Amino acid sequence: MPSINVGAPVGALVDWLTANLGALFHFISTVMLALLDAVLIVLTAPSPYVVIAIFVVLALLERKWGFGLFTLIAFLLIEAMGLWIEAMQTLAVVVVATVFAVAIGIPVGIWAARSRKVSSVVRPILDFMQTLPVFVYLIPAVFFFGIGVVPGVISTLVFAIPPAVRLTELGIRNVDKEVVEAAIAFGAKPRQMLREVQLPLAMPSIMAGVNQTLMLALSMVVIAGLVGAGGLGAVVVRGISTLDVGAGFEGGIAVVFLAIYLDRLTSALARPRRRRPKARTQAPAPATTTETDQPALASS
Amino acid sequence: MTTQVRSVQPDVAAGASAVEAAIKATALTKIYGPRGGSESRHRGWRRAKDSGADTKPKAAADDVTFSVAPGEFFMIMGLSGSGKSTVLRMLNRLIEPSSGELLIDGRNVATMPDGELRELRNRKINMVFQHFALFPHRTVRENASYALHVRNESAAKRDERADWALQTVGLGDWGDSLPGELSGGMRQRVGLARALASEADILLMDEPFSALDPLIRRDMQDLLMELQRDLNRTVVFVTHDLNEAMRMGDRIMIMRDGKVVQLGTAQEILNSPADDYVTEFISDVDRSRVLTAGTIMQEPLVTATERDDPQDVLRRLSNVEGVGAYVLDDEGHIAGITRADLLAAGVGRQRATVGQLVTNEFKTVGADAPLSDICTLVGRNSVPLAVTDTDGRLVGVVPRATLLNALATPHPRKDDGNA
Repeated sequence: MPSINVGAPVGALVDWLTANLGALFHFISTVMLALLDAVLIVLTAPSPYVVIAIFVVLALLERKWGFGLFTLIAFLLIEAMGLWIEAMQTLAVVVVATVFAVAIGIPVGIWAARSRKVSSVVRPILDFMQTLPVFVYLIPAVFFFGIGVVPGVISTLVFAIPPAVRLTELGIRNVDKEVVEAAIAFGAKPRQMLREVQLPLAMPSIMAGVNQTLMLALSMVVIAGLVGAGGLGAVVVRGISTLDVGAGFEGGIAVVFLAIYLDRLTSALARPRRRRPKARTQAPAPATTTETDQPALASS
Repeated sequence: MTTQVRSVQPDVAAGASAVEAAIKATALTKIYGPRGGSESRHRGWRRAKDSGADTKPKAAADDVTFSVAPGEFFMIMGLSGSGKSTVLRMLNRLIEPSSGELLIDGRNVATMPDGELRELRNRKINMVFQHFALFPHRTVRENASYALHVRNESAAKRDERADWALQTVGLGDWGDSLPGELSGGMRQRVGLARALASEADILLMDEPFSALDPLIRRDMQDLLMELQRDLNRTVVFVTHDLNEAMRMGDRIMIMRDGKVVQLGTAQEILNSPADDYVTEFISDVDRSRVLTAGTIMQEPLVTATERDDPQDVLRRLSNVEGVGAYVLDDEGHIAGITRADLLAAGVGRQRATVGQLVTNEFKTVGADAPLSDICTLVGRNSVPLAVTDTDGRLVGVVPRATLLNALATPHPRKDDGNA
């Protein structure tokens, strides 16, 4: 059995990329940092209490009072622990990484759903991205982008894209075949069919993919802290490295609060929304008002 | 998908009305290759009896030739896997034919470029699906107007056509509902409305009623036959139910293993089944509901006019050993019947005409009355049951022996006396 050195060419490739594509990496790094800063400014410029109030209102839009109460307590606790800025840094990383992951993942998922060939190429790549140990690509990312938050975002991206691709593909493939045939049989163009039939009907599955992308992004935060990404990950890493279990726990519980909040908020999107017909939701309204009016008239 | 279209010379002998045919399919064939994994989604796979012969390409439709006249109600009948759905889907190229020629209104569909094909599907040839295939996220009205939406009609025009179509299928008040709020029968009415709203003159129907309860199915059949009479669309209707096929269809094409076994009217199939397979099928058919008075009626042996001489009529009656005859006026309407005894009484009198010797002891039925409805009427009177057209003119008669013969199980009949 001849021994094959797989590692050497990969190492050479990384060296070559660092040497020759520095400008590209620098550009990506600049754009990412600008985006992260923008999001962070939006999140931290107002008083924490204003931001918390907005989060609670978003939670209450789901009409679940318990969720609203949880949001209030969880974020007040984060603020009280003195981790507000770190939590917002983490949130900024998660939001930016999710936006990029969704922007890449959904189109690839659509493409894979429409072509068996693409699907068979994409699938092993996704397996690779999901199972390759994080540190294996975290270190080259540091080579390319330097220490800081950007390699953290990039490795988060690698980890978070697959569910968006997979669930988009699955959602589109699972749209009732006859309904797709119906759109074709009435003369819809492929693009029109995608926009008007396949995507709307696959939306619950796609939204579940977005939700999973968010969760995976959040789970990468601590590891990104190892390469200087800041935020709650840095708090946890610092706590562990100084054997300060309490500080590590504070950082950890803040991550969990963020995770629960984001999960509840986005999983609601995954439920199919029912559009109520206007005629019938409005019809009973006048009837009830007249009913309540009548006793009032009688008593007066 | 590779489409090799064999160019076929127009066969003059095949159809006299070749130019006028709404659909003309010649030697349509669909072969699924041994590795055609993605094609397994289509129905119409021939069940692999010879499962060992996987390398052999399978013909889901094999050399299928037929033509459909404008306004005809054409049934494609077969069990699952017989290729009937494949043939239907080749008509609007949801399935690409492997070979063969397909003309719709004289235009060659098999080689049509994509844009033109979409136009054809949108304006000319619409489809109704087995499981309704409505768009669940669009309202009933938006579903019904989908074809118009695709062709970018104005909202006003879309709503107008959709509401007309919904009205026509009896769902006028449901435009704002979502399909999920409707029952199965109502959903298929929406499916029908969607196909009607586009004003396409060809309707492809893929077992549209097989997912419905029997009672609702009967309602839908009646509705469809009524619509087809009023709107005069050409319908190609796939079913596995021969009773349904015979009840509704002008002609029926029976398929098995991708091949056409027999193509003809319900009568032709009932009276002379092509082979044992068809014979087995029709043994389940309730002949009394399928056969109609118009299909078994015969020419009356003797008729008289009001001005005829009684003696003359009596002689003609006795020639055929009859006891009564219909008396017609100048336009062919039935003025009454006369009997041998009445005629005999009139013979002695001077200047008597048959017109003075009539009674009204007879019954009439329309040509489309099923035999189950006329059983009780036949044989009551001295004359056979009269079959009349919509204007009340006599077009034929049903003697008792003819009725019994028609109801009896088939043995190839020798006298094809029906009109």
